[in-house]
Amino acid sequence: MLPLIAFGILSVVALGSGTMVITRRNAVHSVIWLIVTLFAVAGIFLLQHAEFLFAVQIILYVGGIMVLFLFVVMLVNIDVALKQAQFRRQWQLGVFTAVLVFAQLAYALYKTGTGLNLPVPPGGPEPAHNTQAIGQALYQTYMLPVEIASLLLLVAIIGAVIMAKRKFE
Amino acid sequence: MIPTVYYILLSSGLFTIGVIGVLTRRNILIILMSIELILNAVNINLVAFSQYFRSVDGQVFAIFVVTDAAAEAAVGLGLIIALFRNKETVNADEIDLLKW
Repeated sequence: MLPLIAFGILSVVALGSGTMVITRRNAVHSVIWLIVTLFAVAGIFLLQHAEFLFAVQIILYVGGIMVLFLFVVMLVNIDVALKQAQFRRQWQLGVFTAVLVFAQLAYALYKTGTGLNLPVPPGGPEPAHNTQAIGQALYQTYMLPVEIASLLLLVAIIGAVIMAKRKFE
Repeated sequence: MIPTVYYILLSSGLFTIGVIGVLTRRNILIILMSIELILNAVNINLVAFSQYFRSVDGQVFAIFVVTDAAAEAAVGLGLIIALFRNKETVNADEIDLLKW
């Protein structure tokens, strides 16, 4: 019963602050609300016994990516944007399309029922050492993808520096 | 234990909020933030199924998604800085050089 209550609170916080992210006029406020959303999602990871991902979410997302976002929001001047319209002209069409997508997903879930037509889970207890299991999977089974991800990050660093450089030589 | 379908409902709700943000906002920074919302919705799904099948493969994949989000944020924000320097705007509908 207690996990269900925690899940309810966390999902209300995540959805509510997610809505605040896309409706705030000031981009700084949006970043702050996005941080609240990320914390709620981190709590949901903890609820699912994904402790390592919980730590990654807080350290990497909230500590890294969001600080980067805040820097750039401060760099571009927002005083002009505050006085302009914040939504596009075709916003009704956009909301309609997105709600249509959600209705489709919800209908599919409704048709398959709560069991989702999944095969029966193996059952048994949770793996006790989540971080150890992830570390072994990352460095044994998924060694090549890890290398590719590191290459992706390298390319992203170089790309970001070149994009933000003042002038191409 | 919480049924997996609850997680999927939450994830599709978060995904929808992200899609609405991408489709309706003018500020590019908030469009990028909406993309982060979408990626988080994906992660909730991956972790939910990973817990259901008692396997860490989904969580490993979620870590790759986070890596991807970091790379995307770095390059995207670099692009926004370059764009702001050249066009003096962060509104997506004012960047219409290719529009005839």
